[in-house]
Amino acid sequence: MISKINRPAWFITPYIVLFSVFILVPVLIAVGLSFTYFNTIETPEFIGLRNYIELLTRDEVFMQYVLPNTIKFAFIVGPVGYMMSFILAWMLAQIPHKPRTVLAIILYSPSMTSGIAMTVVWTVLFSGDPTGYLNSILLQLGIVTEPIQFLTSADYLMNIMIIVSLWGSMGVGFLAMLAGILNIDKSLYEAAYVDGLKNRWQEIFYITIPSMKPQMLFGAVMAVVGTFQAGAIGVMLSGGNPTPQYSGQLMVNHIEDYGFIRYLMGYASVISVVLLLLVYGISRTTFKLLGERH
Amino acid sequence: MAKFQGVNINPARYHKSQLKFYFVLIPMALFIALPIIFIVSHAFKPENELFAYPPRFFVRVPTLQNFRDLVSIANESGIPFSRYLFNSFVVTVLGVTMSVLFTSTAAYALSKLKFTGKKVLFEINTIALMFVPIAVTIPRYLIIANLGMIDSYFVLILPLIAMPVGLFLVKQFIDQTPDELIESAKIDGASEMQIFFKIIVPIVSPALATVGILAFQLLWNDTSGSSLYINDERMKTLAFYFSTLGARTGNTVAGQGVLAAASLITFVPNIVIFIFLQSRVMNTMAHSGIK
Repeated sequence: MISKINRPAWFITPYIVLFSVFILVPVLIAVGLSFTYFNTIETPEFIGLRNYIELLTRDEVFMQYVLPNTIKFAFIVGPVGYMMSFILAWMLAQIPHKPRTVLAIILYSPSMTSGIAMTVVWTVLFSGDPTGYLNSILLQLGIVTEPIQFLTSADYLMNIMIIVSLWGSMGVGFLAMLAGILNIDKSLYEAAYVDGLKNRWQEIFYITIPSMKPQMLFGAVMAVVGTFQAGAIGVMLSGGNPTPQYSGQLMVNHIEDYGFIRYLMGYASVISVVLLLLVYGISRTTFKLLGERH
Repeated sequence: MAKFQGVNINPARYHKSQLKFYFVLIPMALFIALPIIFIVSHAFKPENELFAYPPRFFVRVPTLQNFRDLVSIANESGIPFSRYLFNSFVVTVLGVTMSVLFTSTAAYALSKLKFTGKKVLFEINTIALMFVPIAVTIPRYLIIANLGMIDSYFVLILPLIAMPVGLFLVKQFIDQTPDELIESAKIDGASEMQIFFKIIVPIVSPALATVGILAFQLLWNDTSGSSLYINDERMKTLAFYFSTLGARTGNTVAGQGVLAAASLITFVPNIVIFIFLQSRVMNTMAHSGIK
Protein backbone atom coordinates (compact mmCIF):
# COMPACT_ATOMS: atom_id res chain seq x y z
CA MET A 1 0.00 0.00 0.00
CA ILE A 2 2.65 2.45 1.05
CA SER A 3 4.74 1.78 -2.00
CA LYS A 4 1.67 2.38 -4.18
CA ILE A 5 1.07 5.80 -2.67
CA ASN A 6 4.50 6.77 -3.89
CA ARG A 7 3.74 6.21 -7.52
CA PRO A 8 3.72 9.35 -9.67
CA ALA A 9 0.03 8.76 -10.37
CA TRP A 10 -0.85 9.75 -6.80
CA PHE A 11 0.87 13.06 -7.25
CA ILE A 12 -0.67 14.04 -10.53
CA THR A 13 -4.08 12.39 -10.62
CA PRO A 14 -6.06 14.96 -8.58
CA TYR A 15 -4.77 17.83 -10.65
CA ILE A 16 -5.17 16.01 -13.94
CA VAL A 17 -8.73 14.95 -13.16
CA LEU A 18 -9.78 18.51 -12.28
CA PHE A 19 -7.84 19.94 -15.19
CA SER A 20 -9.54 17.51 -17.56
CA VAL A 21 -13.05 17.91 -16.22
CA PHE A 22 -13.08 21.69 -16.02
CA ILE A 23 -10.60 22.83 -18.66
CA LEU A 24 -9.72 20.20 -21.25
CA VAL A 25 -13.10 18.51 -21.73
CA PRO A 26 -15.02 21.82 -21.79
CA VAL A 27 -12.74 23.01 -24.59
CA LEU A 28 -13.33 19.77 -26.51
CA ILE A 29 -17.08 20.01 -25.94
CA ALA A 30 -17.04 23.60 -27.17
CA VAL A 31 -15.30 22.44 -30.33
CA GLY A 32 -17.81 19.61 -30.72
CA LEU A 33 -20.86 21.80 -30.10
CA SER A 34 -19.60 24.35 -32.57
CA PHE A 35 -20.58 21.94 -35.36
CA THR A 36 -24.11 21.53 -34.07
CA TYR A 37 -27.41 23.30 -33.63
CA PHE A 38 -28.16 23.10 -29.91
CA ASN A 39 -30.92 24.99 -28.13
CA THR A 40 -30.40 23.23 -24.74
CA ILE A 41 -33.78 21.46 -24.96
CA GLU A 42 -33.40 19.14 -27.94
CA THR A 43 -30.32 17.00 -28.46
CA PRO A 44 -27.59 18.74 -30.46
CA GLU A 45 -28.02 18.29 -34.21
CA PHE A 46 -24.92 18.05 -36.40
CA ILE A 47 -24.88 20.80 -38.99
CA GLY A 48 -21.25 20.81 -40.10
CA LEU A 49 -19.64 24.15 -40.68
CA ARG A 50 -22.87 26.11 -40.89
CA ASN A 51 -22.27 27.98 -37.60
CA TYR A 52 -18.81 29.03 -38.76
CA ILE A 53 -20.15 30.17 -42.12
CA GLU A 54 -22.93 32.08 -40.40
CA LEU A 55 -20.48 33.79 -38.05
CA LEU A 56 -18.21 34.90 -40.87
CA THR A 57 -20.82 35.84 -43.46
CA ARG A 58 -24.18 36.57 -41.85
CA ASP A 59 -23.60 37.80 -38.30
CA GLU A 60 -23.59 41.53 -38.95
CA VAL A 61 -23.26 42.39 -35.28
CA PHE A 62 -20.17 40.22 -35.04
CA MET A 63 -18.48 41.60 -38.14
CA GLN A 64 -19.52 45.22 -37.65
CA TYR A 65 -19.12 45.62 -33.92
CA VAL A 66 -17.90 42.65 -31.92
CA LEU A 67 -14.82 41.77 -33.93
CA PRO A 68 -13.60 45.34 -34.54
CA ASN A 69 -14.32 46.21 -30.89
CA THR A 70 -12.45 43.17 -29.64
CA ILE A 71 -9.50 43.90 -31.88
CA LYS A 72 -9.40 47.58 -30.93
CA PHE A 73 -9.73 46.79 -27.23
CA ALA A 74 -7.16 43.99 -27.31
CA PHE A 75 -4.62 45.84 -29.44
CA ILE A 76 -4.68 48.85 -27.15
CA VAL A 77 -5.07 47.28 -23.72
CA GLY A 78 -2.72 44.35 -24.40
CA PRO A 79 0.40 46.12 -25.70
CA VAL A 80 -0.07 49.32 -23.67
CA GLY A 81 -0.71 47.37 -20.47
CA TYR A 82 2.29 45.18 -21.19
CA MET A 83 4.60 48.10 -21.86
CA MET A 84 3.33 49.95 -18.79
CA SER A 85 4.01 46.85 -16.70
CA PHE A 86 7.54 46.60 -18.04
CA ILE A 87 8.39 50.29 -17.72
CA LEU A 88 6.98 50.53 -14.20
CA ALA A 89 8.76 47.33 -13.18
CA TRP A 90 12.00 48.65 -14.67
CA MET A 91 11.70 51.89 -12.71
CA LEU A 92 10.70 50.11 -9.52
CA ALA A 93 13.79 47.92 -9.77
CA GLN A 94 15.94 51.05 -9.55
CA ILE A 95 14.68 52.37 -6.25
CA PRO A 96 15.44 50.96 -2.77
CA HIS A 97 13.60 47.98 -1.38
CA LYS A 98 11.14 49.64 1.00
CA PRO A 99 9.58 52.25 -1.29
CA ARG A 100 9.67 49.67 -4.08
CA THR A 101 7.59 47.23 -2.05
CA VAL A 102 5.01 49.83 -1.12
CA LEU A 103 4.67 51.13 -4.68
CA ALA A 104 4.58 47.62 -6.16
CA ILE A 105 1.74 46.63 -3.84
CA ILE A 106 -0.22 49.72 -4.84
CA LEU A 107 0.34 49.14 -8.55
CA TYR A 108 -0.67 45.49 -8.23
CA SER A 109 -3.69 46.17 -6.01
CA PRO A 110 -6.27 46.58 -8.83
CA SER A 111 -5.59 42.96 -9.78
CA MET A 112 -6.91 41.94 -6.39
CA THR A 113 -10.22 43.69 -6.85
CA SER A 114 -12.95 41.87 -8.66
CA GLY A 115 -14.52 43.56 -11.65
CA ILE A 116 -17.99 43.46 -10.20
CA ALA A 117 -16.92 44.88 -6.86
CA MET A 118 -15.35 47.87 -8.57
CA THR A 119 -18.38 48.67 -10.74
CA VAL A 120 -19.65 51.05 -8.07
CA VAL A 121 -16.54 53.21 -8.42
CA TRP A 122 -16.82 53.56 -12.16
CA THR A 123 -20.55 54.14 -12.10
CA VAL A 124 -20.12 56.95 -9.58
CA LEU A 125 -17.04 58.46 -11.23
CA PHE A 126 -18.52 58.35 -14.73
CA SER A 127 -22.17 58.77 -13.81
CA GLY A 128 -24.26 60.60 -16.41
CA ASP A 129 -25.80 62.70 -13.62
CA PRO A 130 -24.41 66.12 -12.78
CA THR A 131 -23.48 64.44 -9.48
CA GLY A 132 -21.10 62.05 -11.25
CA TYR A 133 -17.57 63.05 -10.20
CA LEU A 134 -16.17 63.59 -13.65
CA ASN A 135 -19.28 65.37 -14.90
CA SER A 136 -19.36 67.55 -11.81
CA ILE A 137 -15.76 68.61 -12.39
CA LEU A 138 -16.34 69.25 -16.10
CA LEU A 139 -19.46 71.29 -15.32
CA GLN A 140 -17.71 73.37 -12.69
CA LEU A 141 -14.78 74.08 -14.97
CA GLY A 142 -17.27 75.11 -17.64
CA ILE A 143 -15.90 72.58 -20.14
CA VAL A 144 -19.36 71.17 -20.73
CA THR A 145 -22.80 72.64 -20.14
CA GLU A 146 -24.68 69.35 -20.09
CA PRO A 147 -23.49 66.23 -18.26
CA ILE A 148 -22.02 63.64 -20.62
CA GLN A 149 -23.59 60.18 -20.64
CA PHE A 150 -20.22 58.44 -20.35
CA LEU A 151 -21.47 54.94 -19.69
CA THR A 152 -24.55 54.79 -21.85
CA SER A 153 -23.27 56.66 -24.88
CA ALA A 154 -21.66 54.74 -27.68
CA ASP A 155 -19.04 57.47 -28.10
CA TYR A 156 -17.46 57.09 -24.70
CA LEU A 157 -18.08 53.56 -23.48
CA MET A 158 -15.19 51.91 -25.33
CA ASN A 159 -12.66 54.51 -24.18
CA ILE A 160 -13.74 54.15 -20.58
CA MET A 161 -13.48 50.37 -20.88
CA ILE A 162 -9.93 50.79 -22.12
CA ILE A 163 -8.96 53.15 -19.29
CA VAL A 164 -10.51 50.93 -16.64
CA SER A 165 -8.79 47.84 -18.07
CA LEU A 166 -5.42 49.58 -18.23
CA TRP A 167 -5.93 50.61 -14.62
CA GLY A 168 -6.00 46.93 -13.71
CA SER A 169 -3.33 45.69 -16.08
CA MET A 170 -0.43 45.44 -13.61
CA GLY A 171 -1.03 41.83 -12.66
CA VAL A 172 0.95 38.67 -12.18
CA GLY A 173 2.95 39.40 -15.33
CA PHE A 174 4.03 42.72 -13.86
CA LEU A 175 5.26 41.01 -10.70
CA ALA A 176 7.11 38.43 -12.79
CA MET A 177 8.85 41.12 -14.84
CA LEU A 178 9.80 43.03 -11.70
CA ALA A 179 11.32 39.90 -10.19
CA GLY A 180 13.03 39.17 -13.50
CA ILE A 181 14.72 42.58 -13.66
CA LEU A 182 15.82 42.37 -10.04
CA ASN A 183 17.50 39.05 -10.69
CA ILE A 184 19.64 40.03 -13.65
CA ASP A 185 23.29 39.51 -12.90
CA LYS A 186 24.87 42.95 -12.41
CA SER A 187 28.15 41.91 -13.96
CA LEU A 188 26.32 41.55 -17.28
CA TYR A 189 25.77 45.30 -17.34
CA GLU A 190 29.33 46.09 -16.40
CA ALA A 191 30.71 43.77 -19.05
CA ALA A 192 28.41 45.26 -21.67
CA TYR A 193 29.55 48.79 -20.90
CA VAL A 194 33.15 47.73 -21.17
CA ASP A 195 32.22 46.27 -24.55
CA GLY A 196 30.96 49.66 -25.69
CA LEU A 197 27.30 49.89 -24.72
CA LYS A 198 26.47 53.57 -25.03
CA ASN A 199 23.20 54.45 -23.37
CA ARG A 200 20.15 53.39 -21.41
CA TRP A 201 18.20 52.38 -24.51
CA GLN A 202 20.90 50.05 -25.71
CA GLU A 203 21.13 48.70 -22.22
CA ILE A 204 17.41 47.92 -22.06
CA PHE A 205 17.31 46.29 -25.48
CA TYR A 206 20.65 44.46 -25.40
CA ILE A 207 20.89 43.45 -21.76
CA THR A 208 17.75 43.87 -19.69
CA ILE A 209 15.11 42.39 -21.99
CA PRO A 210 17.19 39.50 -23.36
CA SER A 211 18.29 38.55 -19.83
CA MET A 212 14.74 38.33 -18.58
CA LYS A 213 13.16 36.93 -21.71
CA PRO A 214 11.46 34.03 -19.87
CA GLN A 215 9.67 36.54 -17.63
CA MET A 216 8.89 38.73 -20.64
CA LEU A 217 7.20 35.77 -22.31
CA PHE A 218 5.26 34.87 -19.17
CA GLY A 219 4.20 38.48 -18.83
CA ALA A 220 3.09 38.51 -22.46
CA VAL A 221 0.86 35.47 -22.03
CA MET A 222 -0.65 36.96 -18.90
CA ALA A 223 -1.27 40.26 -20.74
CA VAL A 224 -2.99 38.57 -23.67
CA VAL A 225 -5.15 36.34 -21.50
CA GLY A 226 -5.99 39.17 -19.11
CA THR A 227 -7.05 41.38 -21.99
CA PHE A 228 -9.47 38.89 -23.48
CA GLN A 229 -10.74 37.93 -20.05
CA ALA A 230 -11.55 41.55 -19.23
CA GLY A 231 -14.35 41.66 -21.80
CA ALA A 232 -17.21 41.51 -19.32
CA ILE A 233 -16.43 45.06 -18.29
CA GLY A 234 -18.53 46.81 -20.92
CA VAL A 235 -21.67 45.04 -19.79
CA MET A 236 -20.91 45.86 -16.16
CA LEU A 237 -20.29 49.52 -16.86
CA SER A 238 -23.28 50.13 -19.10
CA GLY A 239 -25.50 47.84 -17.07
CA GLY A 240 -26.78 45.60 -19.85
CA ASN A 241 -26.01 43.10 -22.57
CA PRO A 242 -25.98 44.13 -25.38
CA THR A 243 -24.11 47.33 -24.61
CA PRO A 244 -25.49 50.61 -26.05
CA GLN A 245 -25.43 50.29 -29.86
CA TYR A 246 -22.98 47.42 -29.38
CA SER A 247 -20.30 50.01 -28.68
CA GLY A 248 -18.68 48.00 -25.89
CA GLN A 249 -19.60 44.55 -27.18
CA LEU A 250 -16.63 42.17 -27.06
CA MET A 251 -16.44 38.50 -27.93
CA VAL A 252 -17.11 37.27 -24.41
CA ASN A 253 -20.31 39.34 -24.34
CA HIS A 254 -21.33 37.94 -27.71
CA ILE A 255 -20.91 34.43 -26.30
CA GLU A 256 -23.11 35.31 -23.36
CA ASP A 257 -25.65 36.97 -25.60
CA TYR A 258 -26.07 33.84 -27.74
CA GLY A 259 -25.49 31.29 -25.00
CA PHE A 260 -27.43 32.59 -22.04
CA ILE A 261 -29.86 35.06 -23.54
CA ARG A 262 -30.82 33.37 -26.83
CA TYR A 263 -29.88 29.80 -25.80
CA LEU A 264 -28.18 29.08 -29.11
CA MET A 265 -25.40 27.02 -27.59
CA GLY A 266 -23.96 25.67 -30.82
CA TYR A 267 -23.55 29.14 -32.22
CA ALA A 268 -22.16 30.47 -28.93
CA SER A 269 -19.60 27.64 -29.02
CA VAL A 270 -18.31 28.80 -32.38
CA ILE A 271 -17.58 32.19 -30.88
CA SER A 272 -15.87 30.45 -27.93
CA VAL A 273 -13.68 28.43 -30.26
CA VAL A 274 -12.77 31.50 -32.28
CA LEU A 275 -11.95 33.34 -29.05
CA LEU A 276 -9.69 30.56 -27.77
CA LEU A 277 -7.93 30.34 -31.14
CA LEU A 278 -7.48 34.10 -31.18
CA VAL A 279 -5.87 34.11 -27.71
CA TYR A 280 -3.65 31.21 -28.70
CA GLY A 281 -2.69 32.77 -32.03
CA ILE A 282 -1.91 36.15 -30.53
CA SER A 283 0.16 34.62 -27.72
CA ARG A 284 2.14 32.60 -30.27
CA THR A 285 2.69 35.64 -32.46
CA THR A 286 3.88 37.61 -29.44
CA PHE A 287 6.32 34.83 -28.63
CA LYS A 288 7.68 34.98 -32.17
CA LEU A 289 8.02 38.77 -32.04
CA LEU A 290 9.80 38.68 -28.70
CA GLY A 291 11.90 35.74 -29.77
CA GLU A 292 12.98 37.04 -33.17
CA ARG A 293 14.02 40.48 -32.08
CA HIS A 294 16.85 39.10 -30.01
CA MET B 1 36.44 54.01 -22.82
CA ALA B 2 32.81 54.48 -21.91
CA LYS B 3 32.28 55.22 -18.28
CA PHE B 4 30.07 52.70 -16.48
CA GLN B 5 26.78 54.53 -16.22
CA GLY B 6 24.44 51.55 -16.19
CA VAL B 7 21.39 50.91 -14.13
CA ASN B 8 21.66 50.59 -10.44
CA ILE B 9 19.34 47.64 -9.92
CA ASN B 10 18.06 47.17 -6.39
CA PRO B 11 20.01 50.09 -4.87
CA ALA B 12 20.65 49.98 -1.17
CA ARG B 13 19.63 53.55 -0.48
CA TYR B 14 18.11 56.69 -1.90
CA HIS B 15 20.12 58.72 -4.35
CA LYS B 16 19.02 61.84 -6.20
CA SER B 17 19.45 60.06 -9.52
CA GLN B 18 16.40 58.03 -8.55
CA LEU B 19 14.23 61.13 -8.42
CA LYS B 20 13.19 60.77 -12.06
CA PHE B 21 11.72 57.35 -11.30
CA TYR B 22 9.78 58.60 -8.29
CA PHE B 23 8.57 61.39 -10.51
CA VAL B 24 6.76 58.84 -12.67
CA LEU B 25 6.03 56.15 -10.10
CA ILE B 26 4.37 58.24 -7.42
CA PRO B 27 1.80 59.97 -9.67
CA MET B 28 1.12 56.60 -11.30
CA ALA B 29 0.61 54.94 -7.92
CA LEU B 30 -1.71 57.77 -6.89
CA PHE B 31 -3.75 57.38 -10.06
CA ILE B 32 -3.98 53.62 -9.49
CA ALA B 33 -4.82 54.01 -5.80
CA LEU B 34 -7.49 56.65 -6.35
CA PRO B 35 -10.42 54.30 -7.07
CA ILE B 36 -9.47 52.21 -4.07
CA ILE B 37 -9.19 55.22 -1.78
CA PHE B 38 -12.56 56.25 -3.16
CA ILE B 39 -14.08 52.91 -2.15
CA VAL B 40 -12.73 53.29 1.38
CA SER B 41 -13.98 56.83 1.67
CA HIS B 42 -17.37 56.14 0.11
CA ALA B 43 -18.03 53.12 2.31
CA PHE B 44 -17.97 55.32 5.42
CA LYS B 45 -20.09 58.15 4.07
CA PRO B 46 -23.41 58.95 5.74
CA GLU B 47 -26.43 59.38 3.50
CA ASN B 48 -26.28 63.19 3.31
CA GLU B 49 -22.70 63.06 2.05
CA LEU B 50 -23.57 60.47 -0.59
CA PHE B 51 -26.18 62.89 -1.92
CA ALA B 52 -24.00 65.98 -1.62
CA TYR B 53 -23.66 68.23 -4.65
CA PRO B 54 -21.02 68.98 -5.74
CA PRO B 55 -19.81 65.51 -4.72
CA ARG B 56 -16.94 65.33 -2.26
CA PHE B 57 -14.22 62.74 -2.63
CA PHE B 58 -13.33 62.29 1.03
CA VAL B 59 -15.71 61.43 3.83
CA ARG B 60 -16.25 64.12 6.51
CA VAL B 61 -18.23 62.44 9.23
CA PRO B 62 -17.51 58.73 8.93
CA THR B 63 -20.25 56.29 9.89
CA LEU B 64 -20.67 52.54 9.94
CA GLN B 65 -24.25 52.82 8.70
CA ASN B 66 -23.44 51.35 5.27
CA PHE B 67 -21.97 48.25 6.86
CA ARG B 68 -25.01 47.86 9.11
CA ASP B 69 -27.26 48.19 6.06
CA LEU B 70 -25.20 45.57 4.29
CA VAL B 71 -26.00 43.11 7.05
CA SER B 72 -29.63 44.10 7.45
CA ILE B 73 -30.44 43.90 3.72
CA ALA B 74 -29.31 40.29 3.78
CA ASN B 75 -31.15 39.49 7.00
CA GLU B 76 -34.36 41.03 5.69
CA SER B 77 -34.23 38.90 2.56
CA GLY B 78 -34.30 35.80 4.76
CA ILE B 79 -30.69 34.69 4.41
CA PRO B 80 -28.59 35.91 7.34
CA PHE B 81 -25.45 37.80 6.35
CA SER B 82 -23.46 35.37 8.47
CA ARG B 83 -24.64 32.54 6.22
CA TYR B 84 -23.08 34.13 3.12
CA LEU B 85 -19.93 34.82 5.11
CA PHE B 86 -19.83 31.21 6.32
CA ASN B 87 -20.28 29.88 2.77
CA SER B 88 -17.50 32.05 1.44
CA PHE B 89 -15.26 31.03 4.30
CA VAL B 90 -15.82 27.30 3.75
CA VAL B 91 -15.44 27.55 -0.02
CA THR B 92 -12.29 29.66 0.21
CA VAL B 93 -10.53 27.65 2.91
CA LEU B 94 -11.29 24.27 1.31
CA GLY B 95 -10.52 25.57 -2.16
CA VAL B 96 -7.20 27.17 -1.28
CA THR B 97 -6.09 24.08 0.65
CA MET B 98 -6.99 21.70 -2.18
CA SER B 99 -5.51 23.95 -4.82
CA VAL B 100 -2.18 24.28 -3.02
CA LEU B 101 -2.00 20.56 -2.27
CA PHE B 102 -3.00 19.25 -5.71
CA THR B 103 -0.98 21.84 -7.59
CA SER B 104 2.19 21.23 -5.62
CA THR B 105 2.06 17.44 -5.77
CA ALA B 106 1.48 17.59 -9.52
CA ALA B 107 4.25 20.15 -9.92
CA TYR B 108 6.65 17.94 -7.97
CA ALA B 109 5.81 14.94 -10.15
CA LEU B 110 6.26 16.95 -13.34
CA SER B 111 9.55 18.34 -12.09
CA LYS B 112 11.28 15.45 -10.34
CA LEU B 113 9.52 12.12 -10.83
CA LYS B 114 10.05 9.91 -13.84
CA PHE B 115 7.05 8.69 -15.79
CA THR B 116 5.96 8.57 -19.38
CA GLY B 117 4.10 11.51 -20.83
CA LYS B 118 5.32 14.06 -18.33
CA LYS B 119 6.77 16.38 -20.98
CA VAL B 120 3.50 16.31 -22.89
CA LEU B 121 1.52 17.04 -19.74
CA PHE B 122 3.62 20.09 -18.97
CA GLU B 123 3.31 21.28 -22.58
CA ILE B 124 -0.48 20.98 -22.38
CA ASN B 125 -0.46 22.90 -19.12
CA THR B 126 1.69 25.65 -20.65
CA ILE B 127 -0.73 25.96 -23.56
CA ALA B 128 -3.54 26.10 -20.97
CA LEU B 129 -1.94 29.28 -19.57
CA MET B 130 -3.66 30.84 -22.55
CA PHE B 131 -7.00 29.38 -21.53
CA VAL B 132 -9.85 31.86 -21.08
CA PRO B 133 -12.41 30.35 -18.66
CA ILE B 134 -15.28 32.59 -19.79
CA ALA B 135 -15.06 30.99 -23.24
CA VAL B 136 -16.20 27.61 -21.92
CA THR B 137 -18.94 28.68 -19.52
CA ILE B 138 -21.50 26.67 -21.49
CA PRO B 139 -19.68 23.32 -21.72
CA ARG B 140 -18.69 23.66 -18.07
CA TYR B 141 -22.29 24.12 -17.15
CA LEU B 142 -23.29 21.05 -19.18
CA ILE B 143 -20.63 18.94 -17.48
CA ILE B 144 -21.57 20.09 -14.00
CA ALA B 145 -25.27 19.53 -14.62
CA ASN B 146 -24.60 16.03 -15.98
CA LEU B 147 -22.41 15.12 -13.02
CA GLY B 148 -25.30 16.10 -10.74
CA MET B 149 -23.17 18.69 -8.94
CA ILE B 150 -25.67 21.56 -9.13
CA ASP B 151 -26.39 22.94 -5.64
CA SER B 152 -23.36 21.59 -3.83
CA TYR B 153 -20.38 23.33 -2.31
CA PHE B 154 -18.10 21.32 -4.58
CA VAL B 155 -19.29 23.14 -7.62
CA LEU B 156 -18.15 26.42 -6.09
CA ILE B 157 -14.71 24.94 -5.43
CA LEU B 158 -13.68 22.27 -7.91
CA PRO B 159 -13.84 24.24 -11.19
CA LEU B 160 -11.41 26.82 -9.79
CA ILE B 161 -8.82 24.51 -8.26
CA ALA B 162 -6.76 23.40 -11.24
CA MET B 163 -4.93 26.62 -12.11
CA PRO B 164 -2.49 26.20 -15.00
CA VAL B 165 -0.63 29.32 -13.84
CA GLY B 166 -0.24 27.82 -10.37
CA LEU B 167 1.13 24.52 -11.62
CA PHE B 168 3.44 26.35 -13.98
CA LEU B 169 4.88 28.58 -11.25
CA VAL B 170 5.41 25.80 -8.71
CA LYS B 171 6.96 23.47 -11.28
CA GLN B 172 9.45 26.12 -12.39
CA PHE B 173 10.25 26.75 -8.74
CA ILE B 174 10.80 23.08 -7.89
CA ASP B 175 13.09 22.79 -10.93
CA GLN B 176 15.56 24.96 -8.99
CA THR B 177 15.95 22.50 -6.11
CA PRO B 178 18.97 20.25 -6.62
CA ASP B 179 18.36 16.56 -7.35
CA GLU B 180 21.08 15.59 -4.87
CA LEU B 181 18.79 16.61 -2.02
CA ILE B 182 16.17 14.13 -3.14
CA GLU B 183 18.76 11.45 -3.94
CA SER B 184 20.30 11.59 -0.48
CA ALA B 185 16.89 11.41 1.18
CA LYS B 186 16.15 8.33 -0.91
CA ILE B 187 19.36 6.70 0.23
CA ASP B 188 18.21 7.37 3.80
CA GLY B 189 15.11 5.37 2.98
CA ALA B 190 12.54 8.14 2.58
CA SER B 191 9.56 7.47 0.32
CA GLU B 192 8.47 9.89 -2.40
CA MET B 193 5.61 11.20 -0.25
CA GLN B 194 7.95 11.75 2.69
CA ILE B 195 10.43 13.50 0.45
CA PHE B 196 7.67 15.69 -0.90
CA PHE B 197 6.26 16.74 2.47
CA LYS B 198 9.47 16.88 4.51
CA ILE B 199 11.96 18.25 1.98
CA ILE B 200 10.22 19.81 -1.00
CA VAL B 201 7.32 21.59 0.73
CA PRO B 202 9.53 23.65 3.08
CA ILE B 203 11.82 24.65 0.22
CA VAL B 204 9.07 25.66 -2.18
CA SER B 205 6.85 27.32 0.39
CA PRO B 206 7.16 30.71 -1.40
CA ALA B 207 5.65 29.17 -4.52
CA LEU B 208 2.93 27.52 -2.46
CA ALA B 209 2.11 30.87 -0.86
CA THR B 210 1.82 32.33 -4.35
CA VAL B 211 -0.56 29.61 -5.51
CA GLY B 212 -2.50 30.11 -2.30
CA ILE B 213 -2.90 33.82 -3.00
CA LEU B 214 -3.96 33.29 -6.59
CA ALA B 215 -6.46 30.63 -5.51
CA PHE B 216 -7.73 32.88 -2.74
CA GLN B 217 -8.35 35.71 -5.19
CA LEU B 218 -10.24 33.41 -7.54
CA LEU B 219 -12.37 31.74 -4.88
CA TRP B 220 -13.07 34.72 -2.66
CA ASN B 221 -13.97 37.03 -5.56
CA ASP B 222 -15.91 34.48 -7.62
CA THR B 223 -19.55 35.19 -8.34
CA SER B 224 -20.14 33.07 -11.42
CA GLY B 225 -20.20 29.76 -9.51
CA SER B 226 -23.01 30.95 -7.26
CA SER B 227 -24.99 32.47 -10.07
CA LEU B 228 -24.66 29.62 -12.57
CA TYR B 229 -24.52 26.42 -10.55
CA ILE B 230 -26.33 27.19 -7.29
CA ASN B 231 -30.09 27.64 -7.08
CA ASP B 232 -30.35 27.36 -3.31
CA GLU B 233 -29.94 30.88 -1.98
CA ARG B 234 -28.54 29.56 1.32
CA MET B 235 -25.48 28.12 -0.42
CA LYS B 236 -24.40 31.21 -2.32
CA THR B 237 -21.29 33.15 -1.42
CA LEU B 238 -20.65 36.59 -0.02
CA ALA B 239 -19.20 37.85 -3.30
CA PHE B 240 -22.38 36.75 -5.05
CA TYR B 241 -24.58 38.46 -2.46
CA PHE B 242 -22.56 41.63 -2.96
CA SER B 243 -22.99 41.41 -6.73
CA THR B 244 -26.78 41.42 -6.29
CA LEU B 245 -26.78 44.52 -4.08
CA GLY B 246 -27.11 46.90 -7.01
CA ALA B 247 -30.44 45.34 -7.93
CA ARG B 248 -31.54 45.06 -4.29
CA THR B 249 -30.94 48.70 -3.51
CA GLY B 250 -32.43 49.74 -6.85
CA ASN B 251 -29.17 51.34 -8.01
CA THR B 252 -29.92 54.39 -5.91
CA VAL B 253 -27.43 56.94 -4.66
CA ALA B 254 -28.03 55.75 -1.10
CA GLY B 255 -27.25 52.24 -2.31
CA GLN B 256 -23.82 53.33 -3.50
CA GLY B 257 -22.59 53.59 0.06
CA VAL B 258 -23.67 50.02 0.70
CA LEU B 259 -22.03 48.85 -2.52
CA ALA B 260 -18.80 50.58 -1.57
CA ALA B 261 -18.89 48.92 1.84
CA ALA B 262 -19.34 45.56 0.10
CA SER B 263 -16.43 46.22 -2.26
CA LEU B 264 -14.27 47.17 0.69
CA ILE B 265 -15.10 43.96 2.55
CA THR B 266 -14.25 41.95 -0.58
CA PHE B 267 -10.99 43.78 -1.15
CA VAL B 268 -9.50 43.94 2.35
CA PRO B 269 -8.74 40.22 2.86
CA ASN B 270 -7.08 40.11 -0.57
CA ILE B 271 -4.72 42.98 0.12
CA VAL B 272 -3.95 41.96 3.71
CA ILE B 273 -2.92 38.47 2.64
CA PHE B 274 -0.90 39.83 -0.24
CA ILE B 275 0.97 42.29 1.97
CA PHE B 276 1.90 39.50 4.35
CA LEU B 277 3.08 37.17 1.63
CA GLN B 278 4.43 39.61 -0.97
CA SER B 279 8.10 38.76 -0.43
CA ARG B 280 7.34 35.10 -1.07
CA VAL B 281 5.40 35.99 -4.19
CA MET B 282 8.33 38.00 -5.53
CA ASN B 283 10.63 35.11 -4.75
CA THR B 284 8.39 32.80 -6.79
CA MET B 285 8.09 35.19 -9.67
CA ALA B 286 11.86 35.21 -10.08
CA HIS B 287 11.46 31.68 -11.46
CA SER B 288 8.30 32.35 -13.42
CA GLY B 289 9.80 32.51 -16.88
CA ILE B 290 8.63 30.53 -19.90
CA LYS B 291 11.74 28.83 -21.22
